Amino acid sequence: MSTNSSFNFRVDKSKKTVYVTKEFAAGLSLVWDAFTKKELLDQWWAPKPFLSKTKVMEFKVGGRRFYAMVSPEGKQMWQLQQYTSITPKTNFKFLSVFADEDQTPHLPGSDWDLSFTEENGRTKVDISIYNESLERMERMMVMGFKEGFTATLNELDSILTSLK
Amino acid sequence: MRRDIFQAIADPTRRAIISLIAVQAMTPNAIAENFNTTRQAVSKHLRILTECELVSQEQQGREIYYSLEINKLKELDKWLEQYRTLWENRFDQLDNLLSTIK
Repeated sequence: MSTNSSFNFRVDKSKKTVYVTKEFAAGLSLVWDAFTKKELLDQWWAPKPFLSKTKVMEFKVGGRRFYAMVSPEGKQMWQLQQYTSITPKTNFKFLSVFADEDQTPHLPGSDWDLSFTEENGRTKVDISIYNESLERMERMMVMGFKEGFTATLNELDSILTSLK
Repeated sequence: MRRDIFQAIADPTRRAIISLIAVQAMTPNAIAENFNTTRQAVSKHLRILTECELVSQEQQGREIYYSLEINKLKELDKWLEQYRTLWENRFDQLDNLLSTIK
């Protein structure tokens, strides 16, 4: 486990958005490739013991990545990412939805926005994930993609701390 | 109907109620005074929170006081912590990958 001093994770309940920031000790081109090429993505996207299996990936506006998170028992959870905007080595956006094995999307989805900046040979990636539906947020939580409500909990935390 | 904690916090009024009764146990009337909504609506929210086991009731004289079940709320922390951990693990893997393909 590396030290995660360059890692930041934050949830803004009022904006229904999760923010994840991370700085990598690698150049921009390499990091961009790791996020946009399926053979690299599949090597790190799924947290162990899950596996990421990308079935289709067309990295272009209007294109998609269709992939499964495969559990150790072999259960496949399909997801579809539809690219809506690409500015090479700077930013890309996609709509992420749960899907069937036959690529039927289950709306609503979440809007992802990923920005890449390089400084002194290190690359910072800023990710925001916006969920329109609270119900979907819950579902993402239950599926291991748990988003939301940190702000509420932080409020509560401070209340609880003040009571101690 | 089976309810869970995510349903409890899916509604902004219920989140506000949770924050209120985290400080002290309150009667439905006292809770309702904090909202521009009917007493009936607040009662409905309290019923849902009760079914989710997020709040408990205690009769004191003629009044019922609602208080927060702190331990139940910690389940949420666990979920969020897991999501955060997911990203940490994911990025640790990418750190390793980047160092090998440089």
